[in-house]
Amino acid sequence: MPAPRRSSVVIAGVDAVDAELRVPIRADADIVTARQEGRRLASQLDFTPSDLTVIASAISEIARNIVEYARSGEVSIKLLEKNGRKGVMVVAQDAGPGIADIAAALQDGYSTSGSLGLGLPGARRLMDEFELHSELGHGTRVTMRKWAR
Amino acid sequence: MQVPILKQRDYLIASIQSALTDADLLRLRDDLVEQVGRFRSRGVIVDVTVLDVMDSFAVRTLSALAHMIKLRGAETVIVGIQPEVAFAMVQLGLTLSTVATALDLEEGLVYLDARATSKQRGDRRGGRGGR
Repeated sequence: MPAPRRSSVVIAGVDAVDAELRVPIRADADIVTARQEGRRLASQLDFTPSDLTVIASAISEIARNIVEYARSGEVSIKLLEKNGRKGVMVVAQDAGPGIADIAAALQDGYSTSGSLGLGLPGARRLMDEFELHSELGHGTRVTMRKWAR
Repeated sequence: MQVPILKQRDYLIASIQSALTDADLLRLRDDLVEQVGRFRSRGVIVDVTVLDVMDSFAVRTLSALAHMIKLRGAETVIVGIQPEVAFAMVQLGLTLSTVATALDLEEGLVYLDARATSKQRGDRRGGRGGR
């Protein structure tokens, strides 16, 4: 397993703390790596054990979507600090086929792959903030944030 | 990583030791479905105590596993789901409603023993042909 890259980043409007992780997603084993690395990074903040499991579960779902629909992509995980609040941001990006019907994809039980259809709506429920951008033929980007209490 | 499967009395116990990939989960399912026949087992316990995440794929695979084992004539019980994992599963919208669960290995064995006893009683009753 190659060591995930680390760097300092500043995101518009948000002062990033110190760390960012990028996990390439190419196979089902990378889903495990992404959620474990995400949990490890998030555990630097004041998250409860339940919050850490919630974050890891959400990463697992969106990373699996990359493997399932786009075959390859990347999950990046960053620590954030905004207005004195600390949190974690997870971005899952791929250059896959994109999602034809975004509203449907966010409904429980909708799936074009025979799965349970809970990945995207479930991850949305798990995290505090959730944004989905997708363009047919160009790819999909999911951005999620969870703030420590 | 392969999950060790122990044979104890009429039961198979799959004791998950570390995080599992999707491929590992599918292999566990296939191994158990096969070994239930080879060892003529009446019950299967899958111990998930060490799993820190049960996502939709894990739940779908474990549900399918339990269903397949049932079709082979044996019972399955999932044991050791941790409190934080249960919390995240409920928020994700995941249910294991068609699968028996128990707190830990000990309770799982109690469950299977009770099922075996009631099954024997049921068989006897059926055998008498309605008194």
